[in-house]
This record gives sequence, C-alpha cells and structure tokens, in this order.
Amino acid sequence: MALISEGRFIEDGWRRLAEEESLPKEGKCIVSEARLAEAIGALPSDAPLGVLLANTADPAKLAPYLSRLSLVAIAFPAPGDGRGFSLARLIRRAGFKGELRASGRLIADQATHALRCGFDTIEIASDIAARQNAAQWSAALSAYGAFYQQGYASRAAILAERRKAPA
Amino acid sequence: MNAHDQRHAARANAPTTTYLYDAYDKAFVKSRVDEFREQVRRRLDGALSEDEFRPLRLMNGLYLQLHAYMLRVAIPYGTLTSRQMRRLAEIADKWDKGYGHFTTRQNLQYNWPKLVDTPDILEALADVEMHAIQTSGNCIRNVTADQFAGVATDEFEDPRPTAEFLRQWSSLHPEFSFLPRKFKIAVSGAKEDRAAIKFHDIGLRVHANERGEAGYEVIVGGGLGRSPFVGKTVRAFLPRADLLAYLEAILRVYNRFGRRDNKYKARIKILVHETGLEQLTREIETEFAAMDRAPFAFDLEEFERIRGFFAPPPYETLPARSEAFEEARRKDAAFDAFASVNVTEHKIPGYAIVTVSLKPIGGIPGDATSDQMRVLAEAAERFGFGELRVSHAQNIVLPHVKQDDLFALWRLLDGAKLATPNAGLISDIVSCPGLDYCALATARSIPIAQAISERFKDLERQRLIGELGIKISGCINACGHHHIGAIGVLGLEKRGKESYQITLGGDPTLSAAIGELLGPGVVAEDVATVIESLIEIYLRERREGERFLDAWRRLGQARFKEALLREGEDGADI
Repeated sequence: MALISEGRFIEDGWRRLAEEESLPKEGKCIVSEARLAEAIGALPSDAPLGVLLANTADPAKLAPYLSRLSLVAIAFPAPGDGRGFSLARLIRRAGFKGELRASGRLIADQATHALRCGFDTIEIASDIAARQNAAQWSAALSAYGAFYQQGYASRAAILAERRKAPA
Repeated sequence: MNAHDQRHAARANAPTTTYLYDAYDKAFVKSRVDEFREQVRRRLDGALSEDEFRPLRLMNGLYLQLHAYMLRVAIPYGTLTSRQMRRLAEIADKWDKGYGHFTTRQNLQYNWPKLVDTPDILEALADVEMHAIQTSGNCIRNVTADQFAGVATDEFEDPRPTAEFLRQWSSLHPEFSFLPRKFKIAVSGAKEDRAAIKFHDIGLRVHANERGEAGYEVIVGGGLGRSPFVGKTVRAFLPRADLLAYLEAILRVYNRFGRRDNKYKARIKILVHETGLEQLTREIETEFAAMDRAPFAFDLEEFERIRGFFAPPPYETLPARSEAFEEARRKDAAFDAFASVNVTEHKIPGYAIVTVSLKPIGGIPGDATSDQMRVLAEAAERFGFGELRVSHAQNIVLPHVKQDDLFALWRLLDGAKLATPNAGLISDIVSCPGLDYCALATARSIPIAQAISERFKDLERQRLIGELGIKISGCINACGHHHIGAIGVLGLEKRGKESYQITLGGDPTLSAAIGELLGPGVVAEDVATVIESLIEIYLRERREGERFLDAWRRLGQARFKEALLREGEDGADI
C-alpha cells in the first residue's frame, strides 16, 4: 500500500491491525469496525486510534465513537464503487474532524472526487502506485480550477465565484 | 478565426435563445478535454489499465462497439444552435464517415472515430460550447427535456433553465460519479409530456401549487431495459428552492443502497421496487431533513441568471393566419401533406413549430449526413432564429418558423431529402442501432424499421392510419424503447435465429403504460406483415378520431391476437 496526501506520496504513521493480532501497547493503530468497541475499552483514552470501515457501514452506529477516533479509513474495493464517497460525506456531517482516509483501489483521476467529499488522504494498492506516480496524482489536483457543486470541500464552487464577479 | 467562422459569428449579436457559456463554463469544458487527452495518453503508456480507463472514457461518451469506437455527444435538453450543427457536420466529415446518428436521448453518435482522434474531436466541440461529458457511464447522464420547450401552446414553464441548472450541478459531481448504474433525468413543463418523464430514473414536471408558485413533481424509478417500470411520484410538489437538495438526497440514498451485485438490478427502479415506494420515500425524506441545505439556499439567483438566456427570440407581430401559407397549401398537395403532419401550432400567432423527419422511407432512423446537417443549419439561420432541437423520437425540430416562410423552408428541406411528411405516423419509427452496430444486440433492428417503412411507404395511407408510434429494440436492454411504443418490436435470438416479439399499448406520456406481449415471436421477414394485420384490424374497428392506442385500450389485447394467429395458420401475406 502507498499513502498520498496533497498529491505526494508520504510515510504512513499508522499500522493496520490484522484480525488475529492483539492490541499493541503503543503506536497508532487502525482496527476493524468489529473490534472498535474492544479497542476503545482496552486502550488508554489518549492512545491514537483509527478504524477501517467497509463502504456499507452505517454512520449512525459509528457516531458515538467519532470523538474518540483520530482516523477513519473507508474501503474502496474497486474504482467504480462510489459508496465510500457518500459515506465520507455522512461521517464529516456527523462531526468527525480527524483524518479521513480513502483506502483501496482509487486512481489518480478520482483524487479530487475524494478530497471534495471530505477525505484527507488516499491509500492505494501497490500495483496502482507502481503505474501512477506522484506526478499524476499531483496533476490530477490541478486539472480543474473550480467545480460546479456547492457544499463540497476543498475547491471553490463556480456558483460562488460567479456571484463574487462584478455583474 | 477563418472566413467561414466569421460569416457565422456575425449572428452572435442576435439575442440569445439558449444558454451561452461564461468564462467558468468554458474553462471547465476545456479542462475536461485536457484531462481526457491525458487519460488517453496514460492509457496508451500503461499508467491506466483497461479496467481503469473504461469508466473514464465512458464518462466522456466513448464506447467500444462492434466494429469501432463510438462517440456520443451531448445535446443538453435537445437544444442546439446552427453554428453547433455546422460543427457537428464538420466533425462527421473530418473524423467520421460523413454522417451522425441522433439518438432517443437527445445525443448525437459518431460511429467510426479513432481513439487517438477523440481528444481533437472534443476540442472541436468545446470551441462551440459542446461536450460529451456524462453521455455514458454510471453517472448522471445528459439531462433531457421537451423538444417543444419554450414554444408549445400547452406549456406552463420552459423546462430548459431547470435542465441547464441540472447539467451544471451533475457535471463531475464529486459524490455521484460512480453510481451503481447510469442515472437519467428528464424535465417537462407542459400539460402534455413529450419527454417521457415517467420512464426516467428521475422525471421532473414543473407545475404550480395552489398559491401559484412554481415547483416540481418528482417522479422516481421509471425505466425501460430488461425490467420496465413506470416511475412513481415521491413528491407531488417540491418548492423550487429545494430542488438540488432533494436530488442530492435521492442520489445519496441510491448511491448507498442501490444494488451493485448485478448490473441488471442496479438501476434505481429496482431499489424502488425492492424497497417499496413508501419505505424509500421515507429514506429520501429523512436524508433530506438531515442534510445541511444552506449551500443550496442561493439556487434561485443562479436559476434566474440561467433563465435569462432562454428569452424568446424577437418575434414579429403577425396575424394568426398566413394567407401565403394557406395559398401554398392549396396549390401544392405535397406541401399540404407536410403542413398537416410535420407542422405544429406555435404559442405565438403567425409562427409554427416544424418537425423535420429523419425517417425517410426505407432509411435509417435518426441518421443525418453532414450535408443534411448543413441544410438544417441553413434552414435554422434563414427561417428560425438560428435554433434547432433534437427530439427523443430522433427527429430535428425548428422551433420558430414564420408561417409565411413555411413553403420556402419546405422546398429547402425537400431538396435535401428532409421533407418526409411522416412525423408521428407509422413510418416515424424509433429504433436502436441493433446488431448492425451494437455489441450488445441480439438481433437486427434497422432492417426491420426499413422493412416496415417500405411496407407503409404510401404516405396517404399513413395519414389515414394516423398517429402511431412504432419502437424497435435489438435486445432486451431496450434502447429502442419498444416497451413504450403503441407497437413495440423486440429482437431476440432464439436457437441461432432472430425472433421478434411484438408488444401493444405502450405509452410514453403521462398516461404511461408498458406494452403487453401479443404472443410468440415471429421471424424477421414476418414483422411487417404482422404489423399490417394489426393495422387492418384497427382500421376496421376504430371509431371516429380514435388513435391506434385508444382503439387498443377499448378493444383489448385479445381482439388483436388474430393478427398473429392468421399469420401462424397459413404464413401467407394478408
């Protein structure tokens, strides 16, 4: 896996815990949704904790834990499966302020979709990273000056720009 | 700018009757062209795998068909200028085989472009404020509307400002570009529905509430394909200011819960069907109530800006009845036939709406050569404020022609084989490309359309039969809309042979209905004969002024089964 932030490959300070692995005493770890309650109970309240969600997760069930979490990762099993974009919106709407990570098979051409839906970082499979270098991820971010939709993150909306422009 | 462009630029000062791009729209479409050029390059150098590239090219209208790539160009809400039509002709000459195909969704398809040429084609389109954005793929498709928008006598409100508003909102939507399946929206603002709004993923009908405020009836889950459904109303009246927020709510529910395990069950119509209308409406309303609607609160200002572009052209004050027109009708029987069939009443006295049929007898439905496109552009410039429309029946409409000019227009069209007087008649057939072009098709459809058209080539007989929609699909995906043809024909493959099922009673309008199967399939050679038998039954049984569809409703399916039985008994022509 490779991690991308703002069009660059960066080091990943988080570690994804395998299902059979026991909870570590320290370090930043990401657990599955099934183990979230267990991890919160077992770890000190200031230990950095993240969760990996399937894109079918119910954001209402996660809501009580959001303030405890530093990272929420949402799985993207295939580039064509856009459920994670809606889930990201709902998790931001529920008030999550930490790192929101898209994790899986996104491609560079979807970088702005992810950012605009509220993701901060994109974690991709190694085979995609081998074909799509940082230059491509960075270029994707500057492909458009502005987009039409309002109410989405990261970029000026054309409607807002129009209103600012002198008539 | 070359001399050719300058000649047409002179008309740019004329008042606009359609949306013009501002600097933001231009920059956006230009960015999409550049992005796609890069995507093609990255596909060729291996940065993008074919699986990754496919949704990207589809989202820009590029299909891989049976013989070649096919590029589908959007004609948003079916409106285009003469300048744009000329550009479509140039592209057909330069990068295709000199023709294009107008589709049932107000798009134009080129059947022979090369992959490496498509970025240049898109750039040529962007020059005239056109694109191929979201004409395919699992995203919100080109938004369609009534082809008589702005000129129909039964219109409450021009649907095009709403459609343009939605075109912008849906373009490269961050959240809704990777949906379970394609998503089609149609808008109508008239009493009669000419946009088939009950057969779209979302149909919007502009109407007024009891206080006289304009808003929308929101219809969800209509569709054709393998499992046809009539759309259902989720909101009888939605205030205009809530339109985008409400659509976001519907799309969010669909994006999350629409099926992704089977592409044939992935449309929103299946979600409506399996979840139940009541439950799904509740989910949509809950999402609508939960979302932050503030970002959409300024909609109306933008809506008014867009509406300003669709101002009526500078009509002259004319008498309701044109003497010159009446005189020409009396003198020329062929023109009279055209006037009685292809000319529709206009809301402004002295003007008319003209439907130009792209269904010449024995021709390919919806095809136009580049020369014909140029004649259509010229016709619009000389007689129609430079504006054209594409109808979902695959015809072209000149929306504002002075009655005084109709005869001259007809002569111009006739010289280009564009004056077939069959709009809405039995030979005005809607057909998908079928097995001759399409990789999905299971049977030919164009040759069936041609055979029916030849069988009924006597135009006087066609007028006697009256209004009748025949629609033909070459596979169960139903691109030819056979479910909503008064007579529908579906081509299937049975034990290696083409077999055609015939359905009756389909209706695309507000009285929406899905056609019922007449009986077992027939072979290609017999389709026209069976249809002729159906017509004979109708002519024998019909009451004064009764259309085929009305007669079928009154008489019932059983009365028409005879057409098949007789065919089965002796197999001879009837």
